Amino acid sequence: MTALLDIEGLTKAYPGVVANQDVSFRVQPGEVHALLGENGAGKSTLVKMIYGLVKPDRGTMRLNGAPYAPAEPRAARALGVAMVFQHFSLFEALNVAENIALGMENPPRARDLAARIAAVSETYGLPLDPFRMMGELSAGERQRVEIIRCLLQDPKLLIMDEPTSVLTPQEVEILFHTLRKLAAEGTAILYISHKLEEIRALCDTATILRLGQKVATCTPREVSAAHMAELMVGKSLSVPAREDHTPGAVLLAVSGLSVAAATPFGTTLRDLSFEVRAGEVLGIGGVAGNGQDEVLAVLSGETPTDPGAIMLQGAPVGALGPNARRGLGLLCAPEERLGHAAAPDMSLTENALLTGRLRQGLETGGFVDWAKTRGFAQDIIARFDVRTPGPWVAARALSGGNLQKFVIGREILQDPKVLVVNQPTWGVDASAAAAIRQALLDLAQGGAAVIVISQDLDELLEISDRFCALNDGRLSAPRPARGLGMEDVGLMLGGAHGMHEARV
Amino acid sequence: MIIDPVTLIVALITVSTPVLLAAIGELVVEKAGVLNLGVEGMMIMGAVCGFITAHHTGSPALAFVAGMAGAVALALVFAVLTQILMANQVASGLALTLFGLGLAALLGVGYSGLPVPAIARPFPEALRDIPGLGPIVFSHSILVYVSIALVAAVWIVLTRTRIGLVLRAVGENHDAAHALGYKVVRIRIAAIMFGGACAGLGGAFLSVVRVQNWIEGMTAGAGWIALALVVFASWKPWRVLLGAWLFGGIAALQLRLQAAEIGVPVALLDASPYLVTIIVLVLISSDRRRAALNAPAGLGRVFHASS
Repeated sequence: MTALLDIEGLTKAYPGVVANQDVSFRVQPGEVHALLGENGAGKSTLVKMIYGLVKPDRGTMRLNGAPYAPAEPRAARALGVAMVFQHFSLFEALNVAENIALGMENPPRARDLAARIAAVSETYGLPLDPFRMMGELSAGERQRVEIIRCLLQDPKLLIMDEPTSVLTPQEVEILFHTLRKLAAEGTAILYISHKLEEIRALCDTATILRLGQKVATCTPREVSAAHMAELMVGKSLSVPAREDHTPGAVLLAVSGLSVAAATPFGTTLRDLSFEVRAGEVLGIGGVAGNGQDEVLAVLSGETPTDPGAIMLQGAPVGALGPNARRGLGLLCAPEERLGHAAAPDMSLTENALLTGRLRQGLETGGFVDWAKTRGFAQDIIARFDVRTPGPWVAARALSGGNLQKFVIGREILQDPKVLVVNQPTWGVDASAAAAIRQALLDLAQGGAAVIVISQDLDELLEISDRFCALNDGRLSAPRPARGLGMEDVGLMLGGAHGMHEARV
Repeated sequence: MIIDPVTLIVALITVSTPVLLAAIGELVVEKAGVLNLGVEGMMIMGAVCGFITAHHTGSPALAFVAGMAGAVALALVFAVLTQILMANQVASGLALTLFGLGLAALLGVGYSGLPVPAIARPFPEALRDIPGLGPIVFSHSILVYVSIALVAAVWIVLTRTRIGLVLRAVGENHDAAHALGYKVVRIRIAAIMFGGACAGLGGAFLSVVRVQNWIEGMTAGAGWIALALVVFASWKPWRVLLGAWLFGGIAALQLRLQAAEIGVPVALLDASPYLVTIIVLVLISSDRRRAALNAPAGLGRVFHASS
């Protein structure tokens, strides 16, 4: 049997870095093939070559036995290769049907297209209204638009670049259902991910990349996740370690905090009360959009509240702004790395200054001490293994995982009394995520209080001492995380809206 | 003295045509995600090239073509600077206006007061003499009808055709459009040239048809009004037409109010288009979601093709 896609010795080098070296693998029709690797392992470059966005330096590709060298995505699409991007290539101000039409070679008339969209979404269980504006859709719905756009082309090979990184567990289930159905119909799927359990659940074969080279091919169902992780990282991953301890004094206490939503799409916080003690990690779980951003804004000082609603070491801080709170030892690392946690076009040194100014004493009399700031940035880079040529690099140029390590490291190195992080490992590869979790635990071990807001329930159960669930702006009573099963967590999230399948 | 509504309407249509042409061109440019602040410069280039050609050849048609060509040449400078050399659009656009004003003044030396041919009107005398309706609907130069047809054409292309969809997509999110395989730079250069041609035509109309003379700096801010008009219209073609007539009406009314010796400060009326634009801007941006849907999200952002 000829393979659907046969890749032989593909090599691509960029100035200073070899993205792919001599990569070969095959994808059979109807196969779900995983491309597994850490951030920067060369997965994205590889699929961009297959999709015609990047030209390989060397190597050959064959599609159905015929030589295949797409000059541009259009050529790839014409030959039945479709791709769903990690960062969706969608247009917010256009509606679903228009977005889909843009991705097609010969789109039918608007009305026919709408009918076809309805038909495909019915067949594959992807509910979608063709006339809704893209800007109103959730991440999961946007991904459906991308997938339907691909499916309308009748692809032989569907490439999916980290499709689950923005989805809720329920949306992941829907997606997997669709992908299995597609595979059963003979469509090959090239599935890029670094989430091992997903790959074990979905994929038939996995090609593992490390530093641009293929290191192994395996059948995910037959090997353990730990084994794949080792192949991927090149060393065994350590589960975050921590010693038993008794929590100390209450560092941060929030009581009866209610904040009305600032925007029509925001969440109103209702009667939040909790406290965190020294040496403790408090996990706040919940599906996105239930008030996570608002909680962070309230704790960081971006949204001022009643002075007494938030007490830091017994002192009211509710009315203080972010800088005053930083001065007192309450630090935050928001979820959105580019634009919220870091200024994208500023260098790492400048970004280090932005929050480290006060606690690190990076300025004297209004003048910036650049030497000291650079030293601080270099310290973050060295201690948190941020992979970058140096502190002069713009934040935008770093991969998501590396920037996340920098952002978290920047706060941890400022020796906070209380640290609040939102989605600390979102879009971060396995080894970097493990490093970040370990750093958070070490911080707690050192006597700080840590609040972790996350949608990754496994992560929360792994590192939290106590766990509580955020649901529609309300916080459940915290429970000890140890011994808490997924079922209990589900009940705590219970009734969380948006947990069921979206309906048209 | 009483102001005659019929002559006022006739005047406002004539006054608004150059601004309308420039604005509908700039609307297309901005829909493609490019902010070209050089409209004033392109208009005045159109005015001077059109006038010179009309004087030498005696052909209005050639004059309009020359006006467009002159402005397109200037627009191409902007296109090369911003799309190929990736210069900042705001700075390049401002430079384009200054450069256009200076170059037009240089080219126009000695042409002031020279005669140009009269423009034929497309409709027969009989139609034009219908009381009321005749002057308003049938008395104009061909370019007035062309400009209104152009608004309709732009509306149809933007909302009903694939080219329009691709253009909007490029203006909305150039990275996504690039990833889908659309030629962002090429589409934007084409849009900039279209914008230049429209502005040039508007300028030529001003010098050859309306004023029938060349005066240095004769556009007198019409390009800026066109830019304001696009925002005022929240990037919708028909609203551009409406806005052009509104702004034209204010200008036409102002002259008549002065002639009628009614005590309204001229400066206030002159400033009113800008005031209205600011008010509209405040209104549309107070509804954040609406504003986001109207304005091209990629407006003024430099596109670096990577990957």
